[in-house]
Amino acid sequence: MVSVLKAGFYTSVQDLGRHGYQDQGVPVSGVMDSYSAKLANALLNNKETDAVLELTMTGPKLQFHCNTIIAITGANLSPVLNDNKPLKLNAVIVIKKNDVLSFNSPEYGFRSYLAVKEGFQTESVFGSRSMYNIMTSTIKVNIGDRLEIKENTFHNEIRKSALVKTNTTHFSSSSLDVLEGPEYDLLSEDLKHIIKKKKFVIGKENNRMAYQLYDEQLKNNIKPIITSIVLPGTVQLTPAGQLIILMRDCQTTGGYPRILQLKEKAISQMAQKYNGDRILFNL
Amino acid sequence: MSYLLNYKPYGECAILIEWPSRINESIFIDIMAFKSEIESQSNGNIKTVVSAYNSLLIIYRISENLDYNKEIELLKSCYSKKQVLDFKQRRIWQIPVCYELSFGIDLEFLSQIKKISTDEIIKRHCKPNYLIYFKGFLPGFMYLGGLDPVLFQARKSKPRLKIEKGAVAIGAEQTGIYPIESPGGWTIIGNSPINFFDINKEKPCFAKNGDYLQFYSINKKQHQDIKTLVAAGVYELKYKEI
Repeated sequence: MVSVLKAGFYTSVQDLGRHGYQDQGVPVSGVMDSYSAKLANALLNNKETDAVLELTMTGPKLQFHCNTIIAITGANLSPVLNDNKPLKLNAVIVIKKNDVLSFNSPEYGFRSYLAVKEGFQTESVFGSRSMYNIMTSTIKVNIGDRLEIKENTFHNEIRKSALVKTNTTHFSSSSLDVLEGPEYDLLSEDLKHIIKKKKFVIGKENNRMAYQLYDEQLKNNIKPIITSIVLPGTVQLTPAGQLIILMRDCQTTGGYPRILQLKEKAISQMAQKYNGDRILFNL
Repeated sequence: MSYLLNYKPYGECAILIEWPSRINESIFIDIMAFKSEIESQSNGNIKTVVSAYNSLLIIYRISENLDYNKEIELLKSCYSKKQVLDFKQRRIWQIPVCYELSFGIDLEFLSQIKKISTDEIIKRHCKPNYLIYFKGFLPGFMYLGGLDPVLFQARKSKPRLKIEKGAVAIGAEQTGIYPIESPGGWTIIGNSPINFFDINKEKPCFAKNGDYLQFYSINKKQHQDIKTLVAAGVYELKYKEI
């Protein structure tokens, strides 16, 4: 069991999402940066689908009440063990009963992933532990929560050398690989040119549902579409010139033209961006 | 009847099929028939099929390198083989709604704009059988067709930050029910005490696409009583078979 001494800015339990219920209006949810989360589980020899903690900008303070091993990937939020030992990212870390894990200042990236051996054992609803409004009893981890994990003593299994190097461009590159969305052809040649060439600045309005970017040059008269299906990674364009990049907790349907679709890897990269960062759509 | 359909790749692992840009029942029935054929032919490589007014999205299990041309050919042949849908099991669900002003917070506003009485609005809202085209937006939200054109009302330019669970509302040419508390820009005319999405049930929403909803007016006391029964898990929603 893990007790939550401080919650951090936005900490939630996530796995690879709740699939197959979009026709009931249920968002997919799941880890924002699946690339980093999968790496955390892989380091521990977990299943890809095991639930991890997604930490946002500032991490929580957690106390472990059993022995286990953990791995931290994604953004570098300066993890520290027992207030004095800085921890490496992308490595297997041995945790003893009563150890306290905390985080200092964010160094790079926006979302970090904490995996524990065999995954967090919080409630599973429709095949997923991903926290989401009305599916799970809470939408995020709160101070005082107790998160179930499994006791593990793995003296022999720890590979001291198990430290992987990640590609730093995952965090630093502003270029996002995209495909044409279903309504791409409704864009004028001018708009297509702007969308392919311009570096857009990320605004303050972003969360697990969407990133919203505004650009004066993107004002347009394109008519809304008859409500249709949208996916995480879909980029919608509003008449006012707003680009809405849908993320994992997005609604299942929408009426704005779907002009681009981020590739899976680009959704993960996007999840590491924050206010003031620039992005470029690579079509 | 067959339509000229448009097949498009959508992202790395999905294909979007589009019907003409119209909302009507014959397109809906064609979509349902095609969906049912795809699901019966699926060899396990399809993760899920999602429908909307004039589109169908096929999401594949594969995460990259989907052979679009091959899959689109398979889908086209599937469309040519689709069967006439057996619609024997369709139901008209009787949905209780309290239209009193404490719930119908925009009723008087709507009455002034439309220059008809609130009673007339309620009468017109309760008359049709509304077809459930599909679900989306929020868990358990149903996209309904059949609203009386007299009641069409544009979305508010400034959405409310909080709309109560169960709010019955009008947005442009549609009427619908907010299944959970949510922000929203629709005109609120009443509230239904029933649950439109229950995570404890295998089928979280009682109604399926192709069923109908019909609203009937209840008073505040009945609203409270039904809410109590729903919370206790013993309320039985009434329906008519078509």
